[in-house]
Formats: sequence, C-alpha cells, structure tokens
Amino acid sequence: MIASLRMFYSSVGRKLVMAMTGLFLCFFLLEHLYGNLLLYKMDGGKAFNEYGEFLVGNIIIRTVEFALFGGIILHIIDGLYLTYSNKKARPVRYAVNQQSKNSTWFSRNMGLTGSVIFIFLVVHLRTFFVPHRILGAESSMAHDVASAFQSGMYASLYVAAMLLLGAHLNHGFQSAFQTLGWNNHKYASAIKTAGTLYALLIALGFSSFPIFFHFDIMGVASNILHTTL
Amino acid sequence: MAESINLKLKIWRQRNTKDSGHFETYDMPGVSTHMSFLEMMDVLNDRLIRDGKDPVAFDHDCREGICGMCSMYINGRAHGPLKGTTTCQLHMRHFSDGETITIEPWRASAFPVIKDLVVNRSAFDKIIAAGGYISVNTGNAPDANSLPVEKVKADEAFDAAACIGCGACVATCKNASGMLFLSAKVSHLALLPQGEPERKERVMRMIDAHDEAGLGSCTNTGACEAECPKEISISHIARLNREYLRAGMSQE
Repeated sequence: MIASLRMFYSSVGRKLVMAMTGLFLCFFLLEHLYGNLLLYKMDGGKAFNEYGEFLVGNIIIRTVEFALFGGIILHIIDGLYLTYSNKKARPVRYAVNQQSKNSTWFSRNMGLTGSVIFIFLVVHLRTFFVPHRILGAESSMAHDVASAFQSGMYASLYVAAMLLLGAHLNHGFQSAFQTLGWNNHKYASAIKTAGTLYALLIALGFSSFPIFFHFDIMGVASNILHTTL
Repeated sequence: MAESINLKLKIWRQRNTKDSGHFETYDMPGVSTHMSFLEMMDVLNDRLIRDGKDPVAFDHDCREGICGMCSMYINGRAHGPLKGTTTCQLHMRHFSDGETITIEPWRASAFPVIKDLVVNRSAFDKIIAAGGYISVNTGNAPDANSLPVEKVKADEAFDAAACIGCGACVATCKNASGMLFLSAKVSHLALLPQGEPERKERVMRMIDAHDEAGLGSCTNTGACEAECPKEISISHIARLNREYLRAGMSQE
C-alpha cells in the first residue's frame, strides 16, 4: 500500500494529487450548480429543498460527501505543501522580474486565489451547511438562501468569490489535463477552450444566485420568501 | 537607428557562493548597436581590467546560440527580451539609448552563484546522469534504417533534443522548476526505439534526481516555454507526466 503510494510523493506525483482532486472538485461544482438551478423553478423552493433532502437521505451521496471533504482537504494540504516547497526552490528573488511577459497573473497565483476561495468556503459552509446539516435547523434551505442574499455585503462577497473561483478554474482545469498527461499539440487548444467555457459557466452560473436574489430579479426571491412550506 | 547608444548597467556582483552580493552600476558610453550582449560585457571587462578592477564573471562558450553556457537574467527576462534567443545572440540594437539594464544571475537554490553572474548548473548534470542515456552494446554500427522511426516521432524527438540545458526554464519559472529541461530529456528518448528498454526506470530516476537537487514543481504557468531559447514546448512536460503515470502504475 505504502509502496504504491510512493509515486505520489515526488514533485510530479504531488501535482497528480492536485490534478485529480481538482478535477473531482470541478465535477462536484457542476453537480452543485445543477442543484442550485432548482432555485429558479418558481415553486417556492420546493424542488430545491426536496433535492437537498434527497442528497441527505442517500447513502451513496453521503459516502461521496466524505470523499468530497477529503478531496478538498487533500487539495488544500497538497497546495500548501507545493507552494511552500516551490518558494523554497528560489530563496533569493530577482530585483527585476517581468513575469507578465511570459505568463498570466492568475496562473502564477493559484495559491493566493485558492486561499481566498477557502475563506469563502468557510463562510459559505457556516451559513448553509453547518446550521442545516450539523445543528439540524428546521428552516427551509431555499428560504435561508433567499434571505441570506438580501444583505448587499453578503451578496457581493459571493459574486467576488465566484469570479475569483472562475479565474482559479480557468487555469486549474487545463492545468489538470496537462499534469495528467492528457495534453498534446492536437488537444491543447480544445482543452484550453473547454476549460475557459467551464470556468465561465461556473463563475457566471453561481454569481447569478446572489445577483438575482439580492435584486429579486424576475421575483425569484419574493417567490421563496413569501411561501411558507 | 543610432550606430551607438549610451547605457547604464546594473550588475549583480558576488565574490563567491557565501558572499551575500550586491548590485554595482557601470556607465557604458558609446556601445555599438551591432555588438552582441556578451561583446558589450567584454568591452566592460576590458575596461575593468585596465582600471585594475575585478572583471564581471559570466558564463559563455560557443557564442553561436547552441552550447547553453550563457545565462544572465536581463531586465527581468532570461536571456533578455528577445524570444527564442540566447544571450550571445542578443544584440544591442534591441536596447535604447539612455536605458538602464539590470543583469542578474539565474536565481534558484539548485543553482548556487559561484561568482557574479556564474551559477553552478551541475543539478542538470545529475539529472542527466540519473537516466538521460541509453544502454547499447558496443561493436559495429548497425545498418542504417535497421530501426525504423516514424517521421513525426523523429521530428518530435528532435524538437526535444534541441534543449541546450541552459537553465532558462528554471530561471524563469516562479517555482524554479526544472520540468521543461527534464521533460525534454525524457521525451526525446521516450519517443525513440533506442530509449525503450530503460523507459520506465529513466523517468522515475530522473524525477528523483530533479527533486533531490531542490528544483521546484511545475504549476503549468507556461513561462518556461515562452522564455526557452530553443522554444521547447510544454507538451513535452505532458509527455513526461504521462511517462511517469505509466511507470508508476506498472508492476515493476
């Protein structure tokens, strides 16, 4: 067991862990987005709440949830380790360094964007996951979403975090394919385009909720807030 | 264009590995725009020697862009501002009159400064020694074309083999990672039948040597391929990763 894990300890191996957990989290985001879209059903949040209850009640989903938290933790720990060891590889910095001439800011600052996303994640879990899943709140999840986004501060934090997440994913998605070796001259541009489209979908998709609910666009917020289930 | 320009050089001076080092500024009046960057350094050193001062130590050898000896981080770019060029092939016409040029050595813990702009790149030699070779029986040379190689693969292998081991990838990479160099070496042998017998062992051992040297890991920023004087593609890094997965998953 330990011997077979040895390959994940090298510099390339640790990147493989980053790539695999990253792609797993990419898949999770799609599932999460699908669930959230049920908030737009204009049924007073019924479908969204039922979907949430279905997830909680399903044994397979509960198991995958452990893998999800494991994946997030592994992605963070591995990312921290890589950032630390990569900083150590250049103890003396350049006096003049024109990095913008050869790479994008977001590709060089995945650790920074990742850290901000982590802070967002803590806030996000504190608002929705902890009260409902750990403290066993009785209120409807859809109702909580709609009321949380009435705060301008809270809604704008969400939008900012989601745009940053999009930038993180724009590099991360194609980077994961490169690390897993699924990249060559033939596929490179297709993978990059797919990654950008994916990042846009996630960033814009998730940003739409705080925007729509804060400004009550098309009555999405009042539809839920004025319904008692 | 002016035939000669006046420059100010801000050069990193460091007596030895242990010295903490500092920048020194030199006025360079009347630099011919036809000179190469290294020729300009020669002019400076000639003057320093005449003045009884210590000349600036820098690496150089062939001066025709194929040996990989010249280095220098010029105005924040490995081998200077020109794409696909070594420092010796960079000419002074790419700089403007009155400019201050900052010259630093490659910066990486794996490349300690020996003196001024000269760094110790033996980390690369250790990576090569770990697997950048093929084992062949000595004897008569085999008949030509006895080992068929597809044209596409031969071309791809040749592109990788164009690596001159200058270390610009490490110098440029924000993580001081040697992945582009390492991948070029692994890739060019993995593509050819001659490299087949040691294929799995090679990638494992070369990555171990890379990590032991204290070089960083790749975060796919693509900076190395943008600054590589031989314009080696990061698709070789993808191939390296593929080779690594293949070797790591296999039973041996």
